[in-house]
Amino acid sequence: MLRPLTSHIREDRRPLSLKEYEKLGGYEAVRKVFKSMTPQAVQQLVKDSNLRGRGGAGFSTGLKWSFVPLDAPQPKYLICNADEMEPGTFKDRLLLESAPHQLIEGMILAAFAIQADTSYVFLRWAYKDAAKAIIHAIHEASDAGYLGDNILGTDFSLHMHLHTGVGRYICGEETALLNSLEGKRATPRSKPPFPQVSGLFGKPTIVNNVETLSCLPHIVNYGADWFQKLSRTGDAGTKIYGVSGKVKRPGLWELPMGVTLRELLEDYAGGMWDGHTFRGALPGGASTDFLVEQHLDVKMDYGSVAAAGSRLGTGTVIVLDDKTSVVGFVKNLIHFFAQESCGFCTPCREGLPWIEKILHALENERGQRGDLKILEQHTRLLGPGNTFCALAPGAMEPLQSALKYFRKDFEQYIAAYATPCRSGLMNR
Amino acid sequence: MLTKEEQHEIDEAIRIVPYKQAACIEALKIVQEHRRWISDESLADIAQYMEMSTAALDSVATFYNLIFRKPVGRHVILLCDSISCYVLGYEKLSAYIKQNLKIEYGGTSSDGRFTLLPNPCLGTCDHGPALMIDNDLYRDVTVEQLDNIFNKYE
Amino acid sequence: MATIIIDCKTYEVPLGKNVLETCLNLGFDVPYFCWHPGLGSVGACRQCAVKVFKDADDKKGRLVMSCMEPVVHNQHLAVHDADTIDFRKQVIEWLMTNHPHDCAVCDEGGSCHLQDMTVMTGHHERRFTFNKRTYKNQDLGPFLNHEMNRCIQCYRCVRFYKDYAGGKDLDAYASKNNVYFGRAEDGVLENEFSGNLAEICPTGVFTDKTLKEHYTRKWDLTMSPSICQHCSVGCNTIAGERYGALRMIHNRFHEKINGYFLCDRGRFGYEFVNAENRIKQPSINGDVVERTELETRLEKIMKSAKVIGIGSPRASLQSNFALKTLVGEDNFYHGVSDHEHDLAELAVRILKDGPVRTPSTKEIEKSDAIFVLGEDLTNTAPIVALAVRQAVRQDLSGEPEKIHIQGWQDAARKNLQQQRKMPLYSATIHETKLDDICTSANYATPEDIARLGFAVAHCVDHNSPAPEHFPEALQVRARSIANGLLAAKNPTIISGAGCASSAVMKAAANVAIALHKNGIVVGLTYTMLECNSMGLTMIGGHRLSAAFNAVINGHADTLILLENDLFRHGSFAEVGDFLARCKNVIVLDHTKSDSTDRASVVIPAGTFAESDGIIVNNEGRAQRFFQVYESTESIQESWRWIINIGKTLQHPKLQTWQNFEDISKAMASEEPMLQNIDEVNPAVDFRIVGQRIPREPHRFSGRTSMHAHIQVSEQKPPTDDDSPLSYTMEGTRIQPPSAMIPFYWSPGWNSVQSVAKYQHEVGGSLKDGDSGIRLLEANAASSLVYFQGIPEAFVPLEHHLWIVPTYHIFGSEEMSAKSASIQKRIPTPYLLISAVDANIYHLKEQDIIKVSIANISYSFPIKINRNIPVGMAALPYGLCDAPINALPEWGIVETSPLTELHDYVRKTKVQH
Ligand SMILES: Cc1cc2nc3c(=O)[nH]c(=O)nc-3n(C[C@H](O)[C@H](O)[C@H](O)COP(=O)(O)O)c2cc1C
Ligand code: SF4
Ligand code: FES
Repeated sequence: MLRPLTSHIREDRRPLSLKEYEKLGGYEAVRKVFKSMTPQAVQQLVKDSNLRGRGGAGFSTGLKWSFVPLDAPQPKYLICNADEMEPGTFKDRLLLESAPHQLIEGMILAAFAIQADTSYVFLRWAYKDAAKAIIHAIHEASDAGYLGDNILGTDFSLHMHLHTGVGRYICGEETALLNSLEGKRATPRSKPPFPQVSGLFGKPTIVNNVETLSCLPHIVNYGADWFQKLSRTGDAGTKIYGVSGKVKRPGLWELPMGVTLRELLEDYAGGMWDGHTFRGALPGGASTDFLVEQHLDVKMDYGSVAAAGSRLGTGTVIVLDDKTSVVGFVKNLIHFFAQESCGFCTPCREGLPWIEKILHALENERGQRGDLKILEQHTRLLGPGNTFCALAPGAMEPLQSALKYFRKDFEQYIAAYATPCRSGLMNR
Repeated sequence: MLTKEEQHEIDEAIRIVPYKQAACIEALKIVQEHRRWISDESLADIAQYMEMSTAALDSVATFYNLIFRKPVGRHVILLCDSISCYVLGYEKLSAYIKQNLKIEYGGTSSDGRFTLLPNPCLGTCDHGPALMIDNDLYRDVTVEQLDNIFNKYE
Repeated sequence: MATIIIDCKTYEVPLGKNVLETCLNLGFDVPYFCWHPGLGSVGACRQCAVKVFKDADDKKGRLVMSCMEPVVHNQHLAVHDADTIDFRKQVIEWLMTNHPHDCAVCDEGGSCHLQDMTVMTGHHERRFTFNKRTYKNQDLGPFLNHEMNRCIQCYRCVRFYKDYAGGKDLDAYASKNNVYFGRAEDGVLENEFSGNLAEICPTGVFTDKTLKEHYTRKWDLTMSPSICQHCSVGCNTIAGERYGALRMIHNRFHEKINGYFLCDRGRFGYEFVNAENRIKQPSINGDVVERTELETRLEKIMKSAKVIGIGSPRASLQSNFALKTLVGEDNFYHGVSDHEHDLAELAVRILKDGPVRTPSTKEIEKSDAIFVLGEDLTNTAPIVALAVRQAVRQDLSGEPEKIHIQGWQDAARKNLQQQRKMPLYSATIHETKLDDICTSANYATPEDIARLGFAVAHCVDHNSPAPEHFPEALQVRARSIANGLLAAKNPTIISGAGCASSAVMKAAANVAIALHKNGIVVGLTYTMLECNSMGLTMIGGHRLSAAFNAVINGHADTLILLENDLFRHGSFAEVGDFLARCKNVIVLDHTKSDSTDRASVVIPAGTFAESDGIIVNNEGRAQRFFQVYESTESIQESWRWIINIGKTLQHPKLQTWQNFEDISKAMASEEPMLQNIDEVNPAVDFRIVGQRIPREPHRFSGRTSMHAHIQVSEQKPPTDDDSPLSYTMEGTRIQPPSAMIPFYWSPGWNSVQSVAKYQHEVGGSLKDGDSGIRLLEANAASSLVYFQGIPEAFVPLEHHLWIVPTYHIFGSEEMSAKSASIQKRIPTPYLLISAVDANIYHLKEQDIIKVSIANISYSFPIKINRNIPVGMAALPYGLCDAPINALPEWGIVETSPLTELHDYVRKTKVQH
């Protein structure tokens, strides 16, 4: 089984030096592209490879690039989204800490494809080791002439900077990220115009996920077909999957796109803790719908997970077991989203705290008869398009699917409750 | 007044952006590194340096979780309270910390040693529950380990 | 045009707008909060949701925010679809989860957009059973209350205050459901346009603190269309009264002048009307007299006296004209210093005879380059400053169009535009509030400002004279300004009477004429010192010094002084002497002043609130203000008093006049510059379907009991002989002509947002067009040639300071400075000098400097300024007794110098 992204990562996760990386074929892709490819050709290659964004939305990377007006004057920007703050998601951390050169090489390729001259890695604050690794790698790459003016003697120049965030999940949303990089409040921007035409500082900008960018050197080195064939299904490449929760061997694995949820949970994560049974799982981070028992054989690729009513998202699975309260589980998620709402649009700012309060009441056996109806209304009305960005709709995914699959868990608290008015009781 | 060192670091940050104000988050971060938190005076100094109004800078500063506009202890405990750590029982850790350091979230222990803050997912979900103290990450933390961990910090 | 389909009906609508505006224009009641026609769209509140369908067959559609959705051809939309209704109701429910249930005690209650939208969407049942979020409020100074708990986070306040008005001390803080709008800490909101927050805020977070001092529900006000009297811009206002007191001023939309906004001087300066020092009864030698007594005494005085009249730049055309008619053309003088008189005449002459048009504020807002000479606009003509700011904010690079961003897409436009702005050049005596957006800001004495202006004009057209010995560095600057202006399609040149220099105004004219000769459509604006400076100038009259001479020479012995405190227009000694020499001084005014103190007869004139009148703004636009209420005391318009005096004297003309219209007609036929003046507003007998226009909304309450403590039966309301307005709620509900709209209201729209219903299209002109008539148009056959007479470069003089006036929005204007809230914002007097001069005289900030001006010695605390030229000083206009009207003038410094200025002068000369 090929593991292009991770096979060179050491057991102890220490990053490779530039020399070590080069010895394994590192920066060959950059040389190849500069020698023999046009930006358009790189775009086409990536389009053909069918690489889909690993940041969660799964949008075709090559297609996204093609919206950048290549003839626009400099500056243009390439941004690596390394904000990874979605609960249950910990895959980019591995690539950032252990394979910084692979990322930088990917970024050079992407920047070349869109003819960007400046790039930023937007890294979340908590990733201290990653920050060190990246700064070190940027220095090494600059010294070796892979970054800076006239890279490898060509007329292509790329400057790369590391920006560490100051903590807010919404910074991962690509347009909020841009505002943050501009030194502003990280509220999202409306689209259109898309960042590809008016992004960072009003200039054409591409934002790509760490894992997406890390795939690029391999695609350039081995071709689109090869990349397609890494996968077991229609969605190309390998994927870094992860599992957390009460499983025996939680962790991360680079596997062919399309392994089944069952394989992941049983073969790789080692099954549930003894005495615990599987009730459901969020397949790709906190903002995806539950998959349950009946979905265990679903292939973990974009199309199949969508067909099962959820999203592949980031591919990091969070497992719900029978000893964990469903309401508590969902409340924890909603609490996160309510806390991390940027506060710009009404539904998210006001709706999420309301949901959280209801879930809190339910958890404390103070549910009221209309509560589930209110929750359901929210899952409907906080849907995509109704809010300014995808944060709130994302928050609704686990809630709506929990109400669908685990309704009894919610209802039991209401049945136990008799007093008609909650406000008199609650004294918070 | 910003120190020479702070000014120098801020100038570096300004150098890589098209206009000064774009580096204001960096500036806040830099000063916080030096002073642990951003007091009203620090805020005013930075604003002046960045040629922004204090209101505009505070608007940015208060948006972000990790810019501290209130004093914090000598060490900041960021306890992950997100989903995987929830499933793995972070609540036991928070209860223990709150009880033993006699602080609530957002509070600072009376000896000024620790400030406790809840923090969304630390990105180490396969090793929950997790917490960070200053720049150090602790994974697979159990209540039993906490005292030893805390003892490392003055 | 585009064809769109809404709820299965087809409409033809213009392209380039968003769906929300379009729906509102078509009469659909789509609720909204964060969108504002003056601010554009950001899509934050999510209240304006409608549905779009892919095509006619799409039955499902998707929700979109109508404010963020451009209109396209063949668009299928639903406004009244079950899903949208559901969602819009839910948005209100969300907002209401934390909104206090305090409508009954909220200042905004009954005129609240949130209240209206709540009713409109049908949310009436509370399901949220948890505690509400609470905030702490801030003390924001004398103008505004702050009640953050009512906030619905629409972001309109910051978008207006920060983005639109350039304010620096209000912002959004924190995040999630804890977003807070306010200052970084308690304190006065500093921006000059802060009062607009009371109207911009769709609920009761920011409300008018002065209204709260004498609170009444807005629907209980008797209201009239009025014109702001506090500067020469002439913003349109609505003035409201109850129980004989003026309670509030708010914006009256005028597309060409003030749009949706007012400055704080205009909004809060009204309280002088209710002040203690109002003159309420006629008095003779200090004793209150009955009206009949007054008339007989006046008759006696006038019959045996040689009478002259002095008019006023703050009185209406009607009052000035009536006085001129009473005393005769030869005996009518303009009550302003000769200097001011000449400046105003110069402005009128240039604009009337010159080839260049004077633009409206709206046009200034659209200009693509601006050059300001000598005016600190924020303090002399605030709304013009606001317009300049909007001009600079435009993005005319073509970039937005390239990626299909329309003008209303506020956030997208800003993201794309970043730091890019339109060129603004300014030359002022010291820094101004517009400097933050200036391409280049130059600081110089008036002489050197003029020289820079002449140099720019010369660069534009070499036939325009060039200043001699002009330093190369400045020449470079002049050239770059000239190039910036030449690159523009419709630049505007702004100057005015502010720095009291005709050379500056002439330089501005030369620049404009030179651009005009280059085929550029240029505008030329002159701001004046008072609300009717232009109007007074258009009515012929003599200079003030001639009046002084007339009395000294014995040609006159009796003075009728109209709404004027002469001490503001001449030196204290000279005016005092003049008044003392007059046998009789008859003053018509509304407020006590040094002049009324010296009068033998004082006659209580109405303020604008108790008067009808027309004034002419700096655009040359004549506009009518209507009486808000009839005073219960013996107060009436000056012109009415004068008509009465004329009647007792059997004056041939005056005795034929009955009302406002008669004067206006006479004025139109006699004053060549005011030929159309009687057309400024519809005739007195104008009626709509036989009915008058009510000053009171039909929701007005308490009328039967208002006077019950005096008389149980309801009193007959006064009738209005001067206008088609009625003093009650009776009358037509049909929309009146633009000039006569006393308040905005429409079913379901009780807040100021209802103005939309009075507009052609939302944000555009009123249905009946712009009110007022322009009296000054460019003269195509102009024979005006370039002005010559370029002043010498300024050279500092030892032991002297060249003192020039400077202005404060709060304090420099006479009447607003008498209002309690404004008084809290008036700075203490000072003399502004350069750091070099401070050094020379060994002075620190706040130290006292002694200066003698025209042989009188004054002491001022100094303020040190790093921009003001050396050898020059600025004295705030209207803040102290010093003879501001005599400025610019050399002041002899009586404080002893430490270093010899001599050295400095020599050094600077060498540098030149
Ligand atoms: C609330 C929110 C948070 C997000 N956080 C991240 C993140 O941390 N990292 C990331 O790569 N993408 C994140 N995304 C997705 C980005 O907006 C964007 O789609 C992605 O970075 C594009 O990269 P890709 O095309 O390579 O997937 C987030 C989206 C939303 C709505
Ligand atoms: S959905 Fe939430 S996070 Fe996104 S813009 Fe609205 S308030 Fe901000
Ligand atoms: S008015 Fe459209 S979202 Fe607020």
